[in-house]
Amino acid sequence: MNILYDEHVDGVLPAVDKATLLQALQARLPDLEILHQREELMPYECDGLSAYRTTPLLVVLPRHLDEVQGVLALCHALQVPVVARGAGTGLSGGALPLEKGVLLVMARFNSILHIDPAARTARVQPGVRNLAISQAAAPFGLYYAPDPSSQIACSIGGNVAENAGGVHCLKYGLTVHNLLKVDILTVEGEHLTLGSDALDSPGLDLLALFTGSEGMLGVITEVTVKLLPKPQTAKVLLAAFDSVEKAGRAVGDIIAAGIIPGGLEMMDNLAIRAAEDFIHAGYPVQAAAILLCELDGVEADVHDDCQRVRQVLEQAGATEVRQARDEAERVRFWAGRKNAFPAVGRLSPDYYCMDGTIPRRELPGVLQAIAVLSAEYGLRVANVFHAGDGNMHPLILFDANQPGELDRAEALGGKILELCVKVGGSITGEHGVGREKINQMCAQFNSDELTVFHAVKAAFDPSGLLNPGKNIPTLHRCAEFGAMHVHLGQLPFPELERF
Amino acid sequence: MHSALDRDAGDALLEQVNQALKNATPLWIHGGNSKAFLGRSVTGERLDTRAHRGIVSYDPTELVVTVRCGTPLRELSEVLSASQQMMPCEPPSFGDATVGGMIASGLSGPRRPWAGSVRDFVLGTRVITGQGKILRFGGEVMKNVAGYDLSRLMAGSFGTLGMITEVSLKVLPKPRQALSISLEMDSERALLRLAEWGQQPLPISAACHDGQRLHLRLEGGEGSVTAAHDRLGGEVLDASYWEDLNEHRLSFFDEDLPLWRLSVPHNTPWLPLPGRQLIDWGGAQRWLKSGAEAAFIRRVVEGVGGHVTCYSHGLIDSPFQPLPEALMRYHRNLKRRLDPQGTFNPGRLYAEL
Repeated sequence: MNILYDEHVDGVLPAVDKATLLQALQARLPDLEILHQREELMPYECDGLSAYRTTPLLVVLPRHLDEVQGVLALCHALQVPVVARGAGTGLSGGALPLEKGVLLVMARFNSILHIDPAARTARVQPGVRNLAISQAAAPFGLYYAPDPSSQIACSIGGNVAENAGGVHCLKYGLTVHNLLKVDILTVEGEHLTLGSDALDSPGLDLLALFTGSEGMLGVITEVTVKLLPKPQTAKVLLAAFDSVEKAGRAVGDIIAAGIIPGGLEMMDNLAIRAAEDFIHAGYPVQAAAILLCELDGVEADVHDDCQRVRQVLEQAGATEVRQARDEAERVRFWAGRKNAFPAVGRLSPDYYCMDGTIPRRELPGVLQAIAVLSAEYGLRVANVFHAGDGNMHPLILFDANQPGELDRAEALGGKILELCVKVGGSITGEHGVGREKINQMCAQFNSDELTVFHAVKAAFDPSGLLNPGKNIPTLHRCAEFGAMHVHLGQLPFPELERF
Repeated sequence: MHSALDRDAGDALLEQVNQALKNATPLWIHGGNSKAFLGRSVTGERLDTRAHRGIVSYDPTELVVTVRCGTPLRELSEVLSASQQMMPCEPPSFGDATVGGMIASGLSGPRRPWAGSVRDFVLGTRVITGQGKILRFGGEVMKNVAGYDLSRLMAGSFGTLGMITEVSLKVLPKPRQALSISLEMDSERALLRLAEWGQQPLPISAACHDGQRLHLRLEGGEGSVTAAHDRLGGEVLDASYWEDLNEHRLSFFDEDLPLWRLSVPHNTPWLPLPGRQLIDWGGAQRWLKSGAEAAFIRRVVEGVGGHVTCYSHGLIDSPFQPLPEALMRYHRNLKRRLDPQGTFNPGRLYAEL
């Protein structure tokens, strides 16, 4: 089932006359930059999930908040769908445009408004890049903890909309744990402040609800994040194992020893080889799996923890344990991991990155099952894994120019996500549902749960104009999807009509 | 890990909710009733959660525990403690608090500014909603961004969006070393020092000033705790101080005046308000014993970007700070969509919800 917006199952969108809308926008907001020619629109056809493309009706690039408000108010009055977009690095198609919708690009709101070292906060516009916040805070010895791999390019507004993660989540949390306050505009263009400069705020925790809501409930216009003092030191251990099972067990052993590493990553042999070929990080290419364990904090504690972790790794059967001798080697160890995606990309014309999470104890079984599926679908799979928090990133290698390979990759990806749900995990740990995993939502949630999600949406956007078709599937879509995946002779959503 | 009292009473709870939905009877969700002093009174049929109790699953190496709502908070803490683990947000027990009430009220203890709030440790919930179904949101994994985050929305919702029947929480190992110290200094100086120390990687995990002395808890490895103690000096303080603070057992709380909780940016200077103040959360939470008017206290605290909760039951009609009109409208929309009949804890948080 194709993931591009399908009015048959995703809901009919209001028909909009492009010329009328363009005129109305120009009349109301004469200074607003609007792209409407085909060649201008093409660069905005996709986000980081580039296998799927749709040309938007119009692209608007506001510079002032009253323009954003004006666009929203006008689109609401004319019943035109609006898709908000930050830097466009998202991997789940959360900012995939609509043929019948306006793409609202927030990238020009890129000012850091205030760094307050005494309050340990940064107040920034939504288009500010994730890494730029830490760079601006660095002179004060502070930084912003969440560090998605795309941090050099991705914007904080997108991070909030997706509840972005990174390699340091187990110890430092996700985006939601590092926010104080978010300003939003509702679908009607009404301003709301969620959260506060204090640690909590009165009423329901709408800040938590909005974080990760994928642009479905409002448009983010300003973000206040918490800053942390930079850890005094960080050390990395690299451990090699002759089986992924042993590596998986070692992760549990580290935690059982009462240690929460700053980062704890696993890579399998295919990923190790790809990264080593690309980065020359010094990885042991014979190993079935490696673990990278970063310990950060105060010098004395980190030193003790390194000793403890080394012992645990050796007892867990590591064939080799190496500690990065200096900062340069530490950076090299991480460079291999942080470039694992492009490294794997060199092995194959295309790759498809999955984002399931599982309880860690299920890792050996899930990896075995992935190997079986990989053989069944005839596509190679490399595994990189935020082992500390159970977030897997299987990379499916394929060639989009070979007829049927994209479909096969998509189907294999879907199977892997359903496997994650089956063992008690989730279809997405940090990339979001977007359009990419819209069908797998039907496996993770039942129709009553999806109905509650639609009720939440309706409380903020009753006419469904903000980012329609993302994040939460319609019950019709699930019925159609279910019809293709009859499980043990039982149709999911038997109460629904099928078309 | 299991007690003889453990029981899955989910079906009975669901049946009572469905009866209430059918008869349009409002429900007063009742766990240990340990926070009866907080929020507005609810008129409704009592829905007692305490029969639904016990730990459903706990695997220390996964850092996740799943618990039924009626489980006493103290029982959960003991089980975690036996595996050298804890809820880092240190929720207060106020006597007989249950796990469900801990989530619904969302109250956190002294470690909150450094470790996170109750909401930050919620991974998943099972909830009976206004549709009369037990639904599952979130899960038992550390990272999960599928669908809207209804689990964390439940934290601090005071039961107004549905009844929490089960919760999965992230837990963490206890620190290897802990040491509490106390230093003599006045409030202004304490707030300045805390803002300064906050920018440095010091292992502070609790900071409270009582008017005369700054009490600090240092937690971490042996090396960092010893180094911080050498640097900061001070007298060693008994660790029971933090529990007494968290459970409102310090003599400060005895005085016969209304109790107010002020939540402010942590580096807010000392606030000139009538009555006595206790500074907690490194400056971000201030307890006030004062007979001053609510409107006056709120005006002062709003002026510094904070908000005020009245902890003396029945003193004022809106113990939680009133919301701006637009924000309240979306609160009402959400309540109407999730609990269309207004069945769950009507009015506990605000008269309109």
